[in-house]
Amino acid sequence: MKDPRIYGLMAEFGDVNTALVAARQTYAAGYRKLDAYSPFPVEELSEAIGFHKNGVALICLIGGLLGGTAAFTLQWWINTISYPINIGGRPLNSWPSFIIVTFEMTILFSGLSAVFGMLALNGLPMPYHPVFNVPQFDAATKDKFFIVIFSSDKKYDPVATRQFLEGLSPLSVAEVPS
Amino acid sequence: MARPTEVEVGEQKAPVIQPGQTFASITDKITGIVLLRPIKGGWVFGLFICFLILQWFLFAVCWLFYKGVGVWGVNIPIGWGFAIVNFVWWIGIGHAGTLISAILLLLRQSWRNSINRFAEAMTLFAVACAGMFPIFHLGRPWLFYWLFPYPNTMTYWPNFRSPLVWDVFAVTTYLTISLVFWFVGLIPDLASMRDQTSNKALKFVFGSLAMGWRNSVRHWNRYETAYLLLGGLATPLVLSVHTVVSFDFSVGIVPGWHTTIFPPYFVAGAIYSGFAMVLVLAIPIRKFYGITDFITMRHLENSAMVMLATGWIVAYGYAFEAFMNWYGGDPYESFLRWNRLHGPYAWSYYLLLFTNLLVPQVLWFKKIRTSPVWLFFISLDVLVGMWLERFVIVVVSLTRDFVNSAFGMYYPTHIDWAILTGTLGFFAACMFLFMRLLPAVSISELKVLLPQAEIKVEHEAEVHQ
Repeated sequence: MKDPRIYGLMAEFGDVNTALVAARQTYAAGYRKLDAYSPFPVEELSEAIGFHKNGVALICLIGGLLGGTAAFTLQWWINTISYPINIGGRPLNSWPSFIIVTFEMTILFSGLSAVFGMLALNGLPMPYHPVFNVPQFDAATKDKFFIVIFSSDKKYDPVATRQFLEGLSPLSVAEVPS
Repeated sequence: MARPTEVEVGEQKAPVIQPGQTFASITDKITGIVLLRPIKGGWVFGLFICFLILQWFLFAVCWLFYKGVGVWGVNIPIGWGFAIVNFVWWIGIGHAGTLISAILLLLRQSWRNSINRFAEAMTLFAVACAGMFPIFHLGRPWLFYWLFPYPNTMTYWPNFRSPLVWDVFAVTTYLTISLVFWFVGLIPDLASMRDQTSNKALKFVFGSLAMGWRNSVRHWNRYETAYLLLGGLATPLVLSVHTVVSFDFSVGIVPGWHTTIFPPYFVAGAIYSGFAMVLVLAIPIRKFYGITDFITMRHLENSAMVMLATGWIVAYGYAFEAFMNWYGGDPYESFLRWNRLHGPYAWSYYLLLFTNLLVPQVLWFKKIRTSPVWLFFISLDVLVGMWLERFVIVVVSLTRDFVNSAFGMYYPTHIDWAILTGTLGFFAACMFLFMRLLPAVSISELKVLLPQAEIKVEHEAEVHQ
């Protein structure tokens, strides 16, 4: 069934509620390899296509823990092992004065992990993607909503899927060349 | 970018977005400022003036690097002159941008969506201005990297028990996180720019910056998580940055510095001056770029109320400082009080009370809170007042500390003034360029506020019941 020259079928919608109903019906009809596109974040749309959880928070947590641990360990190692200075017999491992740098590095590493983790999971930067081959897709960043059923889906059929999408009251349905 | 439960269009409050806008009109209006609007004489003239000031700044900095910090008015005992005053002032201004983008995000104040983009840009440029001063002050600025822990042939490490090293970590983290926060917010809008322009070169530039963003809802889902996490991380960060800046003073034992009220009082002062700068920028921008539909009276009034509230926290700080000078019974602290009121720099303390405490009280009146002209001038007054506050803290304390033989006076030179004015020129030049090169209002976040974005179909689970 799979045609390597075709990435999928794209339906265009004029408002968020039609797109949301269409996305739910597509998912209910058994399509699993699909994606939706909206000009602003719509939580309900990603739920409708069966995308509930993402790993960004976990990556952020791991990054933060690593950053904080590394910062504290570095300061401890510098002040007790690498470069110990005895100032009037005060303790070398003066941990309260290491808290601020530890805190700042925790924030820095968790923030950067969240951002780079998000980009990596999204597969960005991605210079080429088939959906951009469809001329009306430019409006995805403006005011239109799109649903794409990938040709890799088990239920995908060039004729039946197109008919199905046309039944969802879209503005247009187009084939996406890969 | 939390979804608002409703867009409040109460009788009392002005709307966040004027009615009648659509997804397309928002995109056209904001991308149009960059892509379609012809370059006007006023913009060229403004940028030219800023550019001239920038040249003056470059001259002053070159002279400073050539001759050393002796070209400034600093001396012993006043080792921290304008450089530290300006550093604290600029970094405080930056804090309002983070407050708007992070803290108001967490508090679900969706009105912030129209002003967060340029407020974040303001943060970046202000932190860049602030970051220059400690480097200028180093004496040998080309060795600034000695402040970072890296393995080196001198087998030495920075002193992690010093507030000055904490400051390096706090400010560089703040700059980095502000930059990624701002850039992450820009990605979807850069994609909008890419799709709106027909110019091949611009398409390439915006397309490269947008990194192939295609508005997939899976991407949005992760994007929203990352954005919210950044908001949650930037909130304690911004509080910690000015706290660490205040540690530069309060860890020392100089009278007027060694006090525990400094961290909250510095943070409140930072937000106070930052909102003043937001208003100073927003009022002309909304007028000249015709975006009064997006930056409405509601934004101006809310900012004015934040200013009034933080102004009172600052007032509490002044009052408590005075009380502790008396109640603490320390002779040097009592002398500091006398010196602030009657010493050689008494004029700066009285001017500070006038500009920071007295004048902003007119914000109690709604008529003034909703008048852009009044707000503009009150904000300028607050900016001057907050600069004076740092002047009083740095200069008045250092000129009169413990022993009479260590008393001195501080007179800034024309190089001091050139560098202060020069950073203002740098800041303004960056804002001029930003307005013309990038979308100054967040397009995707504004769309969320429109009534058309409201989900009207019920959830599946509820439908099936």
